Amino acid sequence: MSGQVRDRQIHRLDRVVIRFAGDSGDGMQLTGEQFTSETAAFGNDLSTLPDFPAEIRAPAGTPAGVSGFQLHFSDHDILTPGDAPNMLVAMNPAALKSNLKDLPAGADLVVNTDAFTSANLKKAGYSSDPLTDGTLDGYRVHRVPLSSMTIDAVNALESSTGTVNKKEAERAKNMFALGLMSWLYQRPTNGVVAFLEKKFAKRPEIAAANIAALRAGYNYGETTEAFAVVYEVAPARMKPGRYRRVSGNLALSYGLIAAAELTGLPLFLGSYPITPASDILHELSRHKRFGIRTFQAEDEIAGVGAALGASFGGSLGVTTTSGPGLALKTETIGLAVTLELPLVVVDIQRGGPSTGLPTKTEQADLSMAVHGRNGEAPLPVIAPRSPADCFDAAIEAARLATKYRTPVILLSDGYLANGSEPWLLPDRADLPDLPVTFATGPNHTGDNGPEFWPYLRDNETLTRPWAVPGTPGLEHRIGGLEKADGSGGISYDPANHDRMVRLRQAKIDGIARDIPALEVDDPSGQARVLVLGWGSTYGPIAAACRRVRAQGLQVAHAHLRHLFPFPENTGDVVRAYDRILVPEMNLGQLRAMIRAEFLVDAIGYNQVRGLPFKAAELAGVLEDVIKQ
Amino acid sequence: MTVTTNQTGITNRLLDLIPAASQPQTRKDFTSDQEVRWCPGCGDYAILATVQGFLPELGIARENIAFISGIGCSSRFPYYLKTYGMHSIHGRAPAIATGLAVSRPDLSVWVVTGDGDALSIGGNHLLHALRRNVNIKILMFNNRIYGLTKGQYSPTSEVGKVTKSTPYGSLDRPYNPISLVLGAEATFVARSIDSERAHLTSVLRAAATHPGSAFVEIFQNCNIFNDGAFDALKNRSSKDDATLRLAHGEPLVFGAERDKGIRRAPDGKLEVCAATDEGVLVHDAHAAEPGLAFELSRLTGDSAGVTPIGVFRDVDLPTYDEQLNEQIADARARQGEGDLIQLLGSGDTWTVS
Repeated sequence: MSGQVRDRQIHRLDRVVIRFAGDSGDGMQLTGEQFTSETAAFGNDLSTLPDFPAEIRAPAGTPAGVSGFQLHFSDHDILTPGDAPNMLVAMNPAALKSNLKDLPAGADLVVNTDAFTSANLKKAGYSSDPLTDGTLDGYRVHRVPLSSMTIDAVNALESSTGTVNKKEAERAKNMFALGLMSWLYQRPTNGVVAFLEKKFAKRPEIAAANIAALRAGYNYGETTEAFAVVYEVAPARMKPGRYRRVSGNLALSYGLIAAAELTGLPLFLGSYPITPASDILHELSRHKRFGIRTFQAEDEIAGVGAALGASFGGSLGVTTTSGPGLALKTETIGLAVTLELPLVVVDIQRGGPSTGLPTKTEQADLSMAVHGRNGEAPLPVIAPRSPADCFDAAIEAARLATKYRTPVILLSDGYLANGSEPWLLPDRADLPDLPVTFATGPNHTGDNGPEFWPYLRDNETLTRPWAVPGTPGLEHRIGGLEKADGSGGISYDPANHDRMVRLRQAKIDGIARDIPALEVDDPSGQARVLVLGWGSTYGPIAAACRRVRAQGLQVAHAHLRHLFPFPENTGDVVRAYDRILVPEMNLGQLRAMIRAEFLVDAIGYNQVRGLPFKAAELAGVLEDVIKQ
Repeated sequence: MTVTTNQTGITNRLLDLIPAASQPQTRKDFTSDQEVRWCPGCGDYAILATVQGFLPELGIARENIAFISGIGCSSRFPYYLKTYGMHSIHGRAPAIATGLAVSRPDLSVWVVTGDGDALSIGGNHLLHALRRNVNIKILMFNNRIYGLTKGQYSPTSEVGKVTKSTPYGSLDRPYNPISLVLGAEATFVARSIDSERAHLTSVLRAAATHPGSAFVEIFQNCNIFNDGAFDALKNRSSKDDATLRLAHGEPLVFGAERDKGIRRAPDGKLEVCAATDEGVLVHDAHAAEPGLAFELSRLTGDSAGVTPIGVFRDVDLPTYDEQLNEQIADARARQGEGDLIQLLGSGDTWTVS
């Protein structure tokens, strides 16, 4: 299946956005993942965006059950999964109906004509057949009977491994679509074949059917006249090194494993399953050989409680959750603040409030992370900016937690969690050492000789000693009641409480001196407008800035990893510009913090549609602000 | 790790993972310098004294003992013990203790809780910690009232309890804590009384000897808000007739004159009979099925005129901690220690030169 391109014109493109859409049961995520693997192997830069319903099997054939996977790949570095597809593969009428609005005129469209039955049209809400009623005028429509050709291809197998029934044969149609797309965009398919052989090792007849469908799809493209052109997207020039593709949740899991090694602490994860965070629990539970203890708790509260208990015992305690779960963990996080024990709290944000949109992304929980506890309960809040960056963000969360004996909230989101991109693998030397020192002896001399004072602070960092059970002579009691400064005994003294509240705040505020300054990307140095973002909007904002600059306009971009405390120079940065635009996938949570903290008139651009920003749309907003 | 050889023979395969005390300990070694602040006359004092007196028996290093509590009068307990301790938040102590015990098999982890903390706000955690058989020892002080919040009824208060929050009498039926935790698959279930020092010590000893989770209900008098709740079980004149002291392998006989017994009535229910009657049952705390233990838990002063105390159930099953740590050891034995850089580079990789 090498790339022989007979009599076809080759169009060279610098980038392509392709979207696979079908019913939840059609295997669109797997198809997209495999196309992405081919693309990574080919050497393009890439970014992906899966989009699927919360229901495991929504009613088949309806728009509610449509599952999509979008991939953006290119011959240069890219920042987002792409705004609008150049190619849509629609496996049924519902997939066409719910995705066509995103497809720009002139784009390619492959439809599975076999699925356009009157029953399916009705389920999708079409009153007439869009294939014939003019709905698709203006698109390059490729009508392909995917189901029937898949069945024919599978039936033609002279199988020594057994046969599959018609239903199983038809289910391989996603591989036919993948084969066709692989031919059209000149992707290698040997990796997919290897994947299928491994995945269906116990059902070789299913593997054979899928491989037959894959080959049939590829050959269909090559041998029929349905496609006049093939597309080529050359490999991207990327920084030399070894790469793999990584999703945000996988990178975050690896970051936690790395943090355990770098701190020298055993990793303990207490977690309760919740979308879209569960994959971290799944991943960490696989790696027992690293000494990782994963505990699927009875609820969110027990998950964080067990993690805090493990931290008390000298582990790197971690809990993972999403918005509603973070709400439940609130009280225990407050306990961790006052116990001054390390704890990493990972919140994979999703649409809220309440159950909200479990599978959709939103920068929903910044306010809750920063402010959402009873009493004065400050803690560091940080956010990754891309799927691969989740690795570094997890390490940074563990660094702050262990060094400052504090819970840290790490705000990823559904887009980062499930999206993926190439990741330049780090060497051990690229990773920081994060040594942790436990208390080993008395630190105070009292009336009766040497004593251990659990709240006697380090003068510089204001952190307290971490004395783990099992250390002789340091037996001590800690708890949620206010503690006397130094000795840690229970204290209701008004002046002591005032001092302790200020000390806890000063400790966290002091972290501002221990984090990198906020960098500003302003190539011309002439910009008067600053775009300030945080978290997963990095890609769309940076892409929008590129577009605006390409038109000769100037704009500066700064992106916050540390949301609390802010880097020390943040005030200087925001005061240096005439206008500050804060795009967020919420109603202005960072914007409110910036205005409150720095008394600047930051303006917002806000969307809560469950989807990442589109670069073109943000570029338009930027232009308007710059030209105002 | 040093293998324990304690003075009194309390041992099990999990205690053997804990370093031994370097020299014999006394009650004083476990008494912290904190002033005890329970109300004068509170049953908690007696329990504290018994626990402080018992801990040296364990023969393990003091620094390897941790007490975790929730919120409530009983949950002040850790402050008064010179071990590691955490006074945590309402109802969550079993969850916190689970993380500590699972990650530190070299510690002896105890939870101190009350009827409100364990059965009301923290009911879920209690049930799941027991179900998993995590190696923690849970001491639940049951005074059938909310003390620290000044006298509201609790999930073990009797129906019709008149309190500040129920001036017309409480409506909800109480839990029977022993029945509840037996239903949660608890492997060790016992009951004792604050003022019964020798009996409470024997129950603590049995709990410590049991590998895995232990639940000990301790009837505790709140002399301020629910004084006398257990008087029938405590008064010299009535206690022997009102309590049935469970002992594994011994006949279920009780009474000041040891003249009463428990047998199965023709309708299948347990009933009080004469000690000399045919069919007096023999207690079996080690029975695989908790049926008899559950039936015994249903005997109360109200239902039968007698309340069993002692060990209802004590069965040796694999613990969560052991099995999790075994999975880790097995994975390392089969696959070797994890290699971070190798892990990061697993899966499909490609090289750009």
